[in-house]
Amino acid sequence: MSENYSNSFLREVEERVEEGHWVKMCMQCGVCAGSCPFGPHWAHPPQEIFMMIRAGKREEVLTSDSMWMCTSCYNCVVRCPRKLPITHIMHGLANYAHRLGIAPKGQPTEHFATLFWNNLAETGRVNELKLSLGIYFRDGFSQGIKNAMAMQSVGLGMLKAKRLNPFELFAPHGVKDKSGFHAMLKKAREIEDRRKPIA
Amino acid sequence: MTDIIATNQTILVVGGGISGMTAALEAAECGKDVVLVEKNPALGGRVSQLYRYFPKLCHPVCGLEINLRRLKQNPRIRVLTMAEVTEITGSEGSYSATVKISPRYVNENCTACGDCSGAVDTEVADEFNYRLGKVRAAYLPHKMAYPQRYVIDPSIIGTADAEKAKAACKYGAIDLGMQEEVVKFQAGAIIWATGWKPYDAAKIQPYGYDRYSNVITSVEFERLADIHGPTGGKILRPSDGKEAKNIAFIQCAGSRDENHLRHCSRICCMASLKQTNYVREAYGDEGKSTIYYIDIRAIDRFEDFYQKVQKDPTVTFIKSKVAKAVQDEKTGDVILHGVNTEGYHRYATPHDLVVLAVGMEPSVRGANIPAEIVADSSGFIEADPANHALFGAGCASNPLDVNRAVQSATASALRAIQVVNRVARVEG
Ligand SMILES: Cc1cc2nc3c(=O)[nH]c(=O)nc-3n(C[C@H](O)[C@H](O)[C@H](O)COP(=O)(O)OP(=O)(O)OC[C@H]3O[C@@H](n4cnc5c(N)ncnc54)[C@H](O)[C@@H]3O)c2cc1C
Ligand code: SF4
Ligand code: SF4
Ligand code: SF4
Ligand code: SF4
Repeated sequence: MSENYSNSFLREVEERVEEGHWVKMCMQCGVCAGSCPFGPHWAHPPQEIFMMIRAGKREEVLTSDSMWMCTSCYNCVVRCPRKLPITHIMHGLANYAHRLGIAPKGQPTEHFATLFWNNLAETGRVNELKLSLGIYFRDGFSQGIKNAMAMQSVGLGMLKAKRLNPFELFAPHGVKDKSGFHAMLKKAREIEDRRKPIA
Repeated sequence: MTDIIATNQTILVVGGGISGMTAALEAAECGKDVVLVEKNPALGGRVSQLYRYFPKLCHPVCGLEINLRRLKQNPRIRVLTMAEVTEITGSEGSYSATVKISPRYVNENCTACGDCSGAVDTEVADEFNYRLGKVRAAYLPHKMAYPQRYVIDPSIIGTADAEKAKAACKYGAIDLGMQEEVVKFQAGAIIWATGWKPYDAAKIQPYGYDRYSNVITSVEFERLADIHGPTGGKILRPSDGKEAKNIAFIQCAGSRDENHLRHCSRICCMASLKQTNYVREAYGDEGKSTIYYIDIRAIDRFEDFYQKVQKDPTVTFIKSKVAKAVQDEKTGDVILHGVNTEGYHRYATPHDLVVLAVGMEPSVRGANIPAEIVADSSGFIEADPANHALFGAGCASNPLDVNRAVQSATASALRAIQVVNRVARVEG
């Protein structure tokens, strides 16, 4: 019985999720849910996510794809009468679920975010060619070719404007002090883990 | 010239709404001398602009009438209308106030016969009806106005219209040479009862008050329902004059919102509940009221009023702060978009007319009180010792309904009386 009513998930969110301490301030007015351009396409708008957190629905919240759908348009943030940083909480929840390894598998935003981060963390610079190819080919080789063909004109345009260098695929350039960069990321991770530990 | 006889045993009351009138009367009936300063041409404040009073749905003029009778009988109250305090100096027990009096161009000979009004052609915005209509430039502020004296709008001074008005007056009441006056007098204590103003609805961008004609405010709705209002008491929508039978009320329009007013205005839930009665009165079972709310705050013993409205089948409650309003330019209907918290269902519902239950902003805010004052984060005057003998009363101190505003005014009168009694003991 007490299990059902415990608010331990709210406490977990407050301690471990970026901006999670704001969740309790939500007064369930509904403005964020009604203002979100993505609203009709999600399982749970922010208002509902916040209520689910308070209701202790840990599994449902963290495995939901809703947080991953947020486009950071900030419509909700400017309208929230309680000034909750809704966008940041949504991203915080997504990040937390990812770190726990329970984010929905294959969710496109999650896939892109992971690809982007790994790409950046490797050399200190985003390799756009690798990143785009990574996305094109996520659904298999033949779909990848189709995607690449569809984007051909954009790619050629970027080539012409010198925004895309084909040799980057083989010899990607990066920051000068790559090991320093990696050490910095490691340190940041340590600080972050201390501030918002996963478990 | 306006002569004011006042001493350090006089109480100055600023604002002649129900709170200021009450404070002035309570003090005067205890034998104190009072100067009552009102910036409008008539007393009564916002209450005179309401159609009906909750909870009993009686006419506001009734309560006003009783107070006006008390006022007329009491020689201790000096009323200054079209007057504003511009400076306060001194300290508790010995303040000096400077008051600017604007010319009315009509003196005490006026019998309110109305002939001057008939003689002028120019029309000006009708402030009493929240500018929903127009009045002749020689006008009586409203039917119950005290003093019952016409006003010549300054915009026609120096024109032929002003001369026509003067020529029409059989009582020699029109004095076009009247000038602004500045008077200075003493007071031992000051009661600040300047009341409230409706929050500027145009600032709530998603509701489109500034863009959509069929989105109006709750104070305007009071005027639409009133027989002395711009539509003669018919609830017609502004875009096309069609009978508005399907009406939405949006609660907390500007209140309980860190982007607007952070406080709960406390009376607007009751005001909307009351206004559903206007819809029922006008259209019977054909009328339809929908209240969009975060939660209904029927303060104190008004819970039974709420329950009565809940039982009315023409009234629907939707637990949701509306996200946005859009007016369909072809039909004139306003479509409200949002998510219903009960079940998280999305809606897009058309209404004939949308009424924003706007919040109460203290008039004190931005009004530049010419004295040091301690106010709360919303601008309401606090009962703080640092305010010395300057006491807030009514809606200048809190968002209050009439009943509580009157209680607050009586309390402030008692505080002021104590101060002038101390002065009297010292002066002997
Ligand atoms: C839509 C709506 C409906 C309402 N319906 C009800 C109801 O049914 N029942 C109920 O009990 N309450 C109702 N209220 C609340 C009611 O209006 C207030 O309780 C009441 O007006 C408070 O009176 P007041 O004298 O404090 O302020 P006000 O009525 O605002 O009076 C203040 C007076 O001070 C004057 N003034 C302002 N600034 C100055 C200045 N600088 N110098 C000199 N004078 C100044 C003003 O001109 C005014 O005459 C309603 C409110 C709203 C918004
Ligand atoms: S807008 Fe703010 S207060 Fe309203 S439901 Fe969303 S998060 Fe909660
Ligand atoms: S910032 Fe995200 S959650 Fe907020 S309205 Fe935009 S898409 Fe929706
Ligand atoms: S000013 Fe003269 S004409 Fe006008 S209402 Fe008064 S008495 Fe009548
Ligand atoms: S009284 Fe009702 S409508 Fe007014 S601010 Fe409070 S909750 Fe909102």
